Amino acid sequence: MSTSAAVATAAPAEQYNYDIVKKFSIMALVWGVLGMLAGVYIASELAWPFLNFNTPEITFGRLRPVHTTLVIFGFGGSALFATSYYIVQRTCQARLWGGKWLPEFTFWGWQVGVGGGAILYMLGFTQGREYAEFVWQLDLAITVVWVAYFLVFTMTLRNRSQPHIYVANWFFMSFILAVALLHIFNNLAVPVSITSLHSYSLFSGVQDAMTQWWYGHNAVGFFLTAAFLGMMYYFVPKQAGRPVYSYRLSIVHFWALSFLYMWAGTHHLHWTAIPDWTSTLAATFSILLLLPSWGGMINGIMTLSGAWEKLRTDPIMLFLITALAFYGMSTFEGPMMSLKSVNALSHYTDWTVGHVHSGALGWVAMVSMGSMYHMVPRLWGTTIYSLKLIYVHFWLATIGIVLYIASLWVAGIGQGLMLRAFDEYGNLAYTFIETVTFMHLPYVVRAIGGMFFLAGMLLMVYNLYMTIVGARRTVGVNAPAAAVAHG
Amino acid sequence: MKHESVEINSGLLIVLTLVAISIGGLVEIVPLFHIKDTVEEVKGVRPYTPLEQRGRDLYIREGCYACHSQMIRPFRDEMMRYGHYSLGAESKYDHPFQWGSKRTGPDLARVGGKYSDEWQTQHMVNPQALVPDSVMPPYPWLLSTELDYSDIEQRMIALKRTGVPYSLSEEEFRRNVEEYGEEMAKKLHIPNAKATLEEQAKSRNWDGDPSRVTEMDAMVAYLQMLGTLVDFSQYEEGYFAKFR
Repeated sequence: MSTSAAVATAAPAEQYNYDIVKKFSIMALVWGVLGMLAGVYIASELAWPFLNFNTPEITFGRLRPVHTTLVIFGFGGSALFATSYYIVQRTCQARLWGGKWLPEFTFWGWQVGVGGGAILYMLGFTQGREYAEFVWQLDLAITVVWVAYFLVFTMTLRNRSQPHIYVANWFFMSFILAVALLHIFNNLAVPVSITSLHSYSLFSGVQDAMTQWWYGHNAVGFFLTAAFLGMMYYFVPKQAGRPVYSYRLSIVHFWALSFLYMWAGTHHLHWTAIPDWTSTLAATFSILLLLPSWGGMINGIMTLSGAWEKLRTDPIMLFLITALAFYGMSTFEGPMMSLKSVNALSHYTDWTVGHVHSGALGWVAMVSMGSMYHMVPRLWGTTIYSLKLIYVHFWLATIGIVLYIASLWVAGIGQGLMLRAFDEYGNLAYTFIETVTFMHLPYVVRAIGGMFFLAGMLLMVYNLYMTIVGARRTVGVNAPAAAVAHG
Repeated sequence: MKHESVEINSGLLIVLTLVAISIGGLVEIVPLFHIKDTVEEVKGVRPYTPLEQRGRDLYIREGCYACHSQMIRPFRDEMMRYGHYSLGAESKYDHPFQWGSKRTGPDLARVGGKYSDEWQTQHMVNPQALVPDSVMPPYPWLLSTELDYSDIEQRMIALKRTGVPYSLSEEEFRRNVEEYGEEMAKKLHIPNAKATLEEQAKSRNWDGDPSRVTEMDAMVAYLQMLGTLVDFSQYEEGYFAKFR
């Protein structure tokens, strides 16, 4: 069963709905550039505050959710729609269910949700819940889109002509179900009126905090991890030309990850006004979570065993394997930071921000980029425009990530230590603003790291644009290929 | 049961996955709605007045929570810097909670009364004028924009639906008089909302100009009450520890 990814071979265009995959792929690139641009801009605002320009729409507080929404839901979400629609069709050897219009509805619904949400934050309309800032009308719309997505995905699974459901699809299924649960319960709210964009969350204080971080942590666990593992379980074996390393490990990986993640969210609330037992329970499960996380990493990396030379010859493989290495690193750092004693220092500091980005840039973005480099030429029935540019992109991205996380280790651990330092008389050794002054240099380095990463992203857009344009040109010469390119 | 049966049956895969992902949340969150000790009994905590609530709405609109927490942890350095650690009860009327997750700026849970109204206004208009190394963005538009409180009653009704004890009926009003005293109960009475909001805005020199009701009035009124409701001198040392 672990070889069924390799079994699915190129098929005539009409067998699969590639049109929808192409659309989502292109929007992933668009949101990726815009979201990372917003990220570089707000990082620069922290280094050089004059960039706020006394303009409400672009102040840090309003642009920050624009950045997180565009990169998580715009870039990540569109990449997930694209790859899940591609993978489910190819591994089930069945055309996407729902005809032309239901997948199309998920596309337009998702893009309007992401774009509308971002514009509304800039205008000051937000729910004030991290990573769930969408106004209530958009929350409802997203719920409908998500149900359509669930139907398209599940019905395609049911129509499969393979007896087994390939492991990548388990992860996508877990992601779809979990995100539905999280989205609905975390966004329960009472609108001010039918015509108002404002609403107040149904829960308050302690219960609201617990619900929000159950959501927040599992948005990482299922949106940014389980789903991208689905991507990994298809594209790593495909690109390596070998079956998944261990079938048994993927079973353990899947069930342990799905079960354990949901317990760990409360580690975002250590030492706050929540009951201690929830905190302890969450820390325990966070440590346990290291096991399936590393099981998955090993399963992915060892898939390359016997073909290690590909790391020298294939830059796409470099992206995928480096992504897994960053996944391993951040899933080690995460459980460590969930220990109460470590968290006492790290919480509220930039160490957390650095940790998130080692996962988001190193794992999520890099596995998506590797997958796109594999998938886009195949969608348009062509080969990549330039392998050399993929190498350049790889190094820009890697240098960017290293600058980013190293500078925020300095900023976060440094600030944490300064804030808890006492002088010889037992008074606080530093004022808060002294820690802000200290963080200026790390903030500058972080912004530069972000610029490196964004530069790599722009290079990728150029490379894929030239790939697609190249495919269109050959179509003009070679008539039968037209069906492939436009199918 | 062989694992293969899950791999060939999408319905079974869906059901078992749902079971696996539901347990953690059920065990950790549902009890919090039922265990009494989750939020301690404490005197002084009350709903926000209309002006303060509008200030809080603006705090959310500007995304202040991206850089400021409102949750002091029980550590020596935090208690010296910010004051007594935060209690669950102190955010029981916070829809949504604004504990935050990042301190690019200091914690604000007990910022109320630490600085003068004038300092808060000047700092909001131009933070670097008062704190040269600050990286906070300026918010001059709060001072120049008149506060929109046309839908304040609807906002309070929505909050009432979530469980905040604002009063609509006479009976609810009397209950609030007993709980919070007559003066406060009037402010929490929804039919009076517009009048009490204006009254509170003009009762003090919040933004330096009592003749207009600006967004700055609401913001400063909100900041100046943060963390001031509980009188900690009334409780013995260690009283709150048993709720942790």
